[in-house]
Amino acid sequence: MSADVLFELKNVDKKFVRGKETITIFEDLNMTLDRGDFIAIMGPSGSGKTTLLNMLGGVDRPSAGKVTFAGEAISSLSESDLAKWRADHVGFIFQFYNLMPMLSAGHNVELPLLLKKMSKAERHKHVAAALKLVHLDERASHKPKELSGGQQQRVAIARAIVTDPDLLLCDEPTGDLDRATATKILEMLQMLNQEFNKTIIMVTHDPEAAKFAKRQLHLDKGQFVDKEI
Amino acid sequence: MLDQTFAVIVMNVRSIPDRFWMSLVTIIGIGVVVAVLLAFLAMGNGFRATLQGSGSDDMAIVMRSGAQSELNSVLMAEQVNLIATAPGIASDQSGPVISAELYLIVDAVKRSTQTQANLPFRGLSIKGVEMRDNISISEGRMFEPGKNEIVVGRAVLSEYEGFELGKKISLGKAAWEVVGIFDAPGSVFASEIWTDGLTLQSQFNRNNSYQIIRAKLANAGDVKPIEEFIENDKRLNLEVGTEKDYFSSQTKGTGDLIFKIGIPLSIIMAFGAIAGSLNTMYNSVAQRTTEVATLRAIGFSSMPVFIGTLVESLVLSLIGGVVGSIAAYLFFDGLTAATLGASFTQIVFDFQINSATMVNGIVVALIIGFVGGVFPAARASRLPVVAAFSAAQ
Repeated sequence: MSADVLFELKNVDKKFVRGKETITIFEDLNMTLDRGDFIAIMGPSGSGKTTLLNMLGGVDRPSAGKVTFAGEAISSLSESDLAKWRADHVGFIFQFYNLMPMLSAGHNVELPLLLKKMSKAERHKHVAAALKLVHLDERASHKPKELSGGQQQRVAIARAIVTDPDLLLCDEPTGDLDRATATKILEMLQMLNQEFNKTIIMVTHDPEAAKFAKRQLHLDKGQFVDKEI
Repeated sequence: MLDQTFAVIVMNVRSIPDRFWMSLVTIIGIGVVVAVLLAFLAMGNGFRATLQGSGSDDMAIVMRSGAQSELNSVLMAEQVNLIATAPGIASDQSGPVISAELYLIVDAVKRSTQTQANLPFRGLSIKGVEMRDNISISEGRMFEPGKNEIVVGRAVLSEYEGFELGKKISLGKAAWEVVGIFDAPGSVFASEIWTDGLTLQSQFNRNNSYQIIRAKLANAGDVKPIEEFIENDKRLNLEVGTEKDYFSSQTKGTGDLIFKIGIPLSIIMAFGAIAGSLNTMYNSVAQRTTEVATLRAIGFSSMPVFIGTLVESLVLSLIGGVVGSIAAYLFFDGLTAATLGASFTQIVFDFQINSATMVNGIVVALIIGFVGGVFPAARASRLPVVAAFSAAQ
């Protein structure tokens, strides 16, 4: 394995059992992802994009095979170790932002820091820096419902990067936004990739959004049909 | 872990207004359970306190052997005279401090229902009155021996018709004049009518019979000398005990009945409140599936999610418990009620709700909240993390 390889999926199967029926999503899937990459995963509905993202993010496990992250087999970690691994290495950005509606933007961004041994003052410093990076430092005290969709997604980005993770996993991050706002969000992700060397894996249906990535991978029926476009 | 837990608790509690009506129904449900439970406890406590407050440890009660209450007992004048010679009874200038008392039931009309109820009518001497502490004439004067005069307890005046000061009332075959109202706070005597014992014997054709003897003990609580005296004299088929023990035994039937009805009823209602609480909390978890899954995706462990959901349920039940306790206090504390005592007579007593009773109510509410919250909390903690990716808002 090269020093730059961040993720490696080896002989990964993923199957769901629904009643008497077994649905195969992936069979013998193999792939590697390098550190500092920005990959857009595309494909039709049901192709396994989100399932792949879930396995890379440690929120789902393969039925067989191995997922390794920086040499560590995350597919065999216990639930609590996996939760800790996610807290240490992964920032999630969701299509519908998934902010806590009752908390202010600042408190939403602070949530992942509660998992770190950090004083309140340190946490506030990190929150301020993350919000500044997404140009929302003036909106720290606003509740999500007082922010536009684009602003909410920027809060979600700040929450994803506040712990300085290696990896950002984005599930249709612009799927709920208009084109102009989507472009700003994608530029922000590009900036995080280029200036802060964040590895970004983005699932999207949108070819325009995919153009912001360094690489595009196409999934169809559980296999990469055309790895490089 | 503490920070995580605290954050989840804050989020859950702050989201309660999002489920305002459902939460309100849960709070009211729990509040009603607590209020009903406290009402029964207050009734039982008030009844017991009234009867126990009537008895003194330095007073002996002598009754016919086997008599469960004053009403079942009968003593003849000769037996009274013999008991007066028993050791262990205190004496004053006029001799042994004893009071032979007649105890009858008369009918009276209750103000609240306009129905007839049994009212105790006690015949005793002035000495018998003086032997009771905590009795005072608040209006009018004491009855005079040999006249058809009665004094009535304050509770009788408030609960029954026709006992106002100066009024004449027909009891038995004779007419009686109300010459005084007496206070006997926290005591069963407040539910009685008193007159001269010999006059009562004469008007009700009781010849020389009595129901009980009250005797002041030389040593408080020590009835042994009288007991031995009774055992050694075959003419005395009697029993002796302290007045305190006598009234305690009188509380058993009715007091226990109050608790035996009240507690099962409250338990049945509590099941209803638990069902309501479960419904609210399952709804809360369902509504926050995305939030919970997002927290888990970020790295929160399942325990803070479990505790946070449980605390939300406990907060709702705590509010319900406090509301129910305050409502019970406002509506029931000091409320006067009357019920049948062991002598088939009406005993008037006040509901009593104190801080300890209220704490009990809140503890019951928290138990309901715990049971109603623990299963939804377990479900919340086991929600699949992938649910965070399937959110639609």
